[in-house]
Amino acid sequence: MLRKIRILLAVLSITFITLLFVDFTGTAHRWLGWMAKIQFLPALLALNVVVLLALVAVTLLLGRVYCSVVCPLGIMQDIFARFGRMRRKFRYSYSPAITWLRILMLGVMTAAVITGIHVIVALLAPYSAYGRIAQGFLAPVWGWLNNALAYGAERLDSYAFYSVDVWLRSGITLGVAAVTLVVLGWLSWRNGRTYCNTICPVGTVLGTLSRFSLLKPVIDSSKCNACGLCARNCKSACIDSKAHTIDYTRCVACMDCIDTCRHGAISYTCRRSTSKAEKAAGGTDTSRRSFIVATAAIGATAALKAQEKTVDGGLAAITAKKCPERRTPIVPAGAQGLKNVDSHCTACQLCVAACPNGVLRPSGNAVRLMQPEASYERGYCRPECTRCSEVCPTGAILPVTREEKTAIQVGHAVWVAANCVPLTDGQECGNCARHCPAGAIQMVASDPEDENSVKIPVVNDSRCIGCGACENLCPARPFSAIYVEGLERHNSI
Amino acid sequence: MKHNNKIIDRREFLRRLAMGTTAVAAASLPGCRNSAPGDKTSGHGSADLGQMTTRHNPTTGDDVSLLGYGCMRWPTLPEGSVPEGTSDIDQEEVNRLVDRALACGVNYFDTSPAYCKGFSEAATGEALSRHPRDSYFIATKLSNFAPATWSREASLDMYRRSFENLRTDYIDYLLLHGVGMGGMDNLRARYLDNGVLDFLLKEREAGRIRNLGFSYHGDVEVFDYLLDKHDEYKWDFVQIQLNYLDWRHAAEINPRNVDAEYLYTELEKRGIPAVIMEPLLGGRLANVPDHIVARLKQREPERSVASWAFRFAGTHPGILTVLSGMSRMEHLEDNLSSYCPLAPLSDEEMQFLYDTADLMVKYPTVPCNDCKYCVPCPYGLDIPGTLLHYNKCVNEGNVPSGLQDEDFKRARRAYLVSYDRAVPRERQAAHCIGCGQCSPHCPQQIDIPAQMQRIDSFVETLRRSI
Repeated sequence: MLRKIRILLAVLSITFITLLFVDFTGTAHRWLGWMAKIQFLPALLALNVVVLLALVAVTLLLGRVYCSVVCPLGIMQDIFARFGRMRRKFRYSYSPAITWLRILMLGVMTAAVITGIHVIVALLAPYSAYGRIAQGFLAPVWGWLNNALAYGAERLDSYAFYSVDVWLRSGITLGVAAVTLVVLGWLSWRNGRTYCNTICPVGTVLGTLSRFSLLKPVIDSSKCNACGLCARNCKSACIDSKAHTIDYTRCVACMDCIDTCRHGAISYTCRRSTSKAEKAAGGTDTSRRSFIVATAAIGATAALKAQEKTVDGGLAAITAKKCPERRTPIVPAGAQGLKNVDSHCTACQLCVAACPNGVLRPSGNAVRLMQPEASYERGYCRPECTRCSEVCPTGAILPVTREEKTAIQVGHAVWVAANCVPLTDGQECGNCARHCPAGAIQMVASDPEDENSVKIPVVNDSRCIGCGACENLCPARPFSAIYVEGLERHNSI
Repeated sequence: MKHNNKIIDRREFLRRLAMGTTAVAAASLPGCRNSAPGDKTSGHGSADLGQMTTRHNPTTGDDVSLLGYGCMRWPTLPEGSVPEGTSDIDQEEVNRLVDRALACGVNYFDTSPAYCKGFSEAATGEALSRHPRDSYFIATKLSNFAPATWSREASLDMYRRSFENLRTDYIDYLLLHGVGMGGMDNLRARYLDNGVLDFLLKEREAGRIRNLGFSYHGDVEVFDYLLDKHDEYKWDFVQIQLNYLDWRHAAEINPRNVDAEYLYTELEKRGIPAVIMEPLLGGRLANVPDHIVARLKQREPERSVASWAFRFAGTHPGILTVLSGMSRMEHLEDNLSSYCPLAPLSDEEMQFLYDTADLMVKYPTVPCNDCKYCVPCPYGLDIPGTLLHYNKCVNEGNVPSGLQDEDFKRARRAYLVSYDRAVPRERQAAHCIGCGQCSPHCPQQIDIPAQMQRIDSFVETLRRSI
């Protein structure tokens, strides 16, 4: 029964989270956006105290159920493991915890968060790893299915579906997702939750907490005949059937063992393990240590966040250049600036998946690898859209209203004389000025002495918000005659 | 040209009946047996369609079918099925259409070196050359689309290539193409100063051109000038745009145009036969708002919406032929049923159409007839696609007037989704830089950049209203 509830919740959970990554209409987010916000690491980075307390409380009450029903990467591994078990039943066996590795990984993660080596954070964050897989492999399938429906709808004169661009946003990110998928798929197929119990820092933190959980699966040694069936069916490899003990730091409360035991010896209860509870004392030290480390991580992040608010930067030095490669990447309104994204983003790609204008894509830059950045070849950051800020669970992009967005400078436009159509083609243009939602561009005579000379754009930096309408709609190709340089720190006007 | 789907059953019925009589009809094409002026019937022997009404050309004695075939909108093969730069015309279908048209008495084929990306003449020539040369009249033009073709040498070259493409050694009707666009300056530069008109007059004397005329759009000064010189040039015919909307509303729709009533009356005064183009305004008089459909259908439930426009044009006696760019067999059949024979409109019916025009002019459509003269746009915009999409949405009620519109959400979605379907994003109005290189090419004298920017700002408003 408990197992069935767990499976039901897990199926709903992964379906909903996957929907968040594949739905491009924004409908899923309206109803299910909270699913991303209750993820542990994003909530930690966003300093979402309510969610964190709730997760801690749930873990202290029920054990690591988070890993079984909330974490999409965990559920994904369960799915692979299920396929593995279809080939060969009872394929697992008990193995002792590799505690040093777990603590090392948690330490690395904590250090990475504090020092801002974001790539490590992004690679280790479980929810984000799943996000990249969903965005990279499932979203295109969803998009193509939608486009097939749109094709049909067009022939029926229906506007129920419209087609969308399916495009590769970043080869590196897709590669990372592919490697993650293959490695985790293989590991979980063979050994169940290996990743969750050796690498995953969230698993380590929650495992530490779940040691003290009120309810947990407990083996009644008076009923147990040490047949070992439960251990061979435990994907966490955490049941030592001979000793009648369960390693609660690794148990994800999947309830499989309860259903497996033919003698009803395992129950989910608040009773302490009846045999050798004190035997685990040896492990207490390490667990306590990791708990302290985890707490330190939380505290450090809090300190970091507070520090953020006092950091003052100036405007980034921006020089005009022909190459459209931007010296400073553009991050969307609400992100506040690069630093905020660097220290919060776990590269889950939810904003990238949500962007309806083809603006956001994961960065290929080594320092900001896979974090979102804006570019305007396919569209521009439209004034009515605040999708990315609505979906971000980590606080890398904070919520902004449409009105606020019109006053947030994320970059500013730079003019490239060598590409400008009035100068190269001798044609009247002014498309940038016509489409600037901030009214930051004026057309002036190119020759100050001659009022009738062709008109060229001038940008009022103090009004430009960096939305990229000018760059996107500039007729000069392949390089626009006006392009946007990002601001390291966003500015309010 | 597009027709309303509601009449497809009737059309299909007619078509099947008519197909049976094709063989009979092919044997009895219209000739010049009778030189009496005015309407008469000839040729077609189908009991179902009746005989094609013909008109008499007083200078050469040609008996021209009232329905003329416009070769500007030949059917095309699916996009991407032929390499870039080669003809994408569906020749097999063209042959079928031409065969059917000739069989039913259509004997006037109007093409130009510019039509169908330059491939119309060859396609028309190929289809017609399968029939006896004396069974049809060829009209083609000395086109003026690019100043590079304006030199005497380039003009003669274009003229000679027309003979090759059309596989003939004489041209029945040759036109100066689209005079009036660009005003007197363009006329002088294109046809007068380089001696091209003089050359054409000599060619007429030599018999290689049987009738010389011009097609007119735009600046009325050029029209008046050329008619004033009628004694010198002896125009055999003049091609004008005439339909029940332009009869009295052309200038109202666009101040740079002239009402068809004036043009027609001036020609009639001088006894110059008029060839009519845009009788259906590129299909706009077939795709009309629903309440206009109801109004027209109520009077004549059996006839198509388009048939009113053809009967209107045909009712004027000074008209030699009415051109229709029929890209589908259904169009051809529907037009045949309007002119085999013509049932002229009564004065009361004429008035009914004038009243209809008064109603239609209130609808804010862009007067684009999809002739595609404006494209290719140097910046890659799909101008006709954008304008026609807008018109379609106006007619279907998908252009919301404001946020207060009850229907706003539905109409907004319909407009935006269908816009992206009709025109790829990078070719939409937002990319119009307003260079205005297209405008001089527009026979309807539409201020294209202004219209594109109007549509763009409308779309922008829609996009922002969520």
